[in-house]
Amino acid sequence: MVEVVVFAVAGAACLVGAVGVVLSRNPVHAALMLVMTLFGVAVLFVALQAHFIAAVQVIVYAGAIVVLFLFVIMLLGVDRAAELSLGALPAQRWTAAAFGLGGAAVLVWLVAAVDRIFKGAHSYELESAGVVETDAVATSYATDVSAIARSLFSDYVYAFELTSLLLIVAVIGTVILARRSYGADGGRAGQHGDESAPAESGATPQEARQ
Amino acid sequence: MRWGVAVTGDPLFADGVDWGDIGIVGIKVLVAFAALLVATMFMIWFERKLISDMQHRIGPNVAGPWGLLQALADGIKFFFKEDLRPANADPLVFRLAPYISAVTAFVAFAIVPIGGVFTDPASTGAAGRGGTVTLFGKETILQVADPPVGILLLLAMSSVAVYGVMLAGWSSGSKYPLIGSVRASAQAISYEAALGMSVVAVVIAAGSLSTQSIVSQQVGGTWWGGSPDDWFLLTTGIVPFVVFLISATAELNRPPFDLVEAEQELVGGFHTEYSSIRFALFFLAEFMNVITMSAIMVTLFFGGPAGPVFFGLTWLWPTVWFLAKVLAFLFVFVWFRATLPRLRYDQLMSLGWKVLIPVMLFWLMFLGLRQLVADQGWSTPRELVVVLGLSAAGLALGWTLLAAALRAAKRNTAGEYFEGQDLEAVTPTADAPTGSVPADRALAGASPGEAGPEGES
Repeated sequence: MVEVVVFAVAGAACLVGAVGVVLSRNPVHAALMLVMTLFGVAVLFVALQAHFIAAVQVIVYAGAIVVLFLFVIMLLGVDRAAELSLGALPAQRWTAAAFGLGGAAVLVWLVAAVDRIFKGAHSYELESAGVVETDAVATSYATDVSAIARSLFSDYVYAFELTSLLLIVAVIGTVILARRSYGADGGRAGQHGDESAPAESGATPQEARQ
Repeated sequence: MRWGVAVTGDPLFADGVDWGDIGIVGIKVLVAFAALLVATMFMIWFERKLISDMQHRIGPNVAGPWGLLQALADGIKFFFKEDLRPANADPLVFRLAPYISAVTAFVAFAIVPIGGVFTDPASTGAAGRGGTVTLFGKETILQVADPPVGILLLLAMSSVAVYGVMLAGWSSGSKYPLIGSVRASAQAISYEAALGMSVVAVVIAAGSLSTQSIVSQQVGGTWWGGSPDDWFLLTTGIVPFVVFLISATAELNRPPFDLVEAEQELVGGFHTEYSSIRFALFFLAEFMNVITMSAIMVTLFFGGPAGPVFFGLTWLWPTVWFLAKVLAFLFVFVWFRATLPRLRYDQLMSLGWKVLIPVMLFWLMFLGLRQLVADQGWSTPRELVVVLGLSAAGLALGWTLLAAALRAAKRNTAGEYFEGQDLEAVTPTADAPTGSVPADRALAGASPGEAGPEGES
């Protein structure tokens, strides 16, 4: 009973947020809707007893990544309703609609397939049939942190290290790309170039509209 | 018990729920809510009185005895003030932001154990029950919730709290709030790393995320609640606590890290445009966060409610000790405000990124090593020498790289900002690398006020 209510509320929050991201005209509102979806997913994780994943979902995605989105939106000056009617090709719309419907169909088929496999089987039946080890799930809920850590640093240690390496390379690359070289013109020209570029890009849509 | 899950790890009540559970949860939430509100009122009075004393003033002394009701009077005044909303503000987000701040401040307090006898039952006689008390015939813990993620909830709430400040600044449609909010979120994100790592130090020592378990491991078995030797303050070395205290002060935007609302530069920071009850909500959230952070520090490093249990009301003593410890930290925060001048923005960023985070990384490696040696039972001299030698080499390599990076950064900065420029050109951009360049850009392009909130004017 409680499970159904929690799932309904969290699922509704996810869906409303997801639709809101697409439909919001204002990028800041869209980012906030994304946060709502992330919270809904976090609640679903808690309902699945994946507490650590839920906490990480909130800390990393809601707390860091979307904050960075908002930073970029605010600092680049695109935090106003964009002119969405311009520039879209009619053919693109039809293609997008086709792909969207196709994706939805695949998703529904997948869910139906999974549902057929486990049709009518409750978790305790699955356990007695040896499909799911409920006892293992039940005893490991408090230590899902150590379970994740164990597999992350033993079975998947190469993937983990490579991912960290990739992130470091990305950071260094960003720093190198973002930095101007101040060698030739003493730095002042570079600085002025830095300041004027975003100012212009920020002012253009306003002027266009007024 | 289909899932075989204890009450704390059963958020969906799969085992069924009865009125006792609901009553206990309801009472806990209500008590925590009311206690936090009253504590906030007291904290405002405490801070004003204390800071007046340190500055040889009298402070509030009109409303109530010793001015105790001053905060209440201010609160009532806030309710009756006009609620202004700037014409350029984004209506929805402007209303949403104060609630995000206030709600996260409340939720973070839920994981703090405020009492319960943790001492060994054998030595105390009757009362000790592993941190529980009995309500309505059910054993329960004296905290609103003890989720399996425990202390991570604090980090989650402090990262969500960034939204309150950030959206408040942006939605006001005015330049000073925007600068204030950009500063605030950059500061909060920077110091969250150091804060999280000092929490990790405690988690390594405790082997658990749950605050209940963290506290019970700091309480010894004797009747007087164990010695401070068992507190994680000492068992993790003092370093994590110092880092936690500094980064918590920065997270709270308390002086000397209150650049967010630096009056001389930003009028009032992110809440400049707020008035009436919405401003009061920000104010409330700020003071509540101070109380929560003090309580968390007591929980993590000072044994929480640990202390001697004497006679009579055995369940009351732990709460008394807890409150006394929290009060000490509240005093420290006020003391900071009265004595320390505000940092410059580049100093703030250097302290966070170049001092606290590297120090904490080194210390975490040390603690992890100690734990590893203990877990593996390494004790022969050869094993110890190999381990110590390898880690010393690792630390030396890290230190060399850090020093080289800092030197390179210093050289590049000097080249960028001071080479070939006269003094007038240098002075206004002296703090440019971190602070004013994004702010200037923000002014140039981002303030929503320039074209109306929806851009359709």
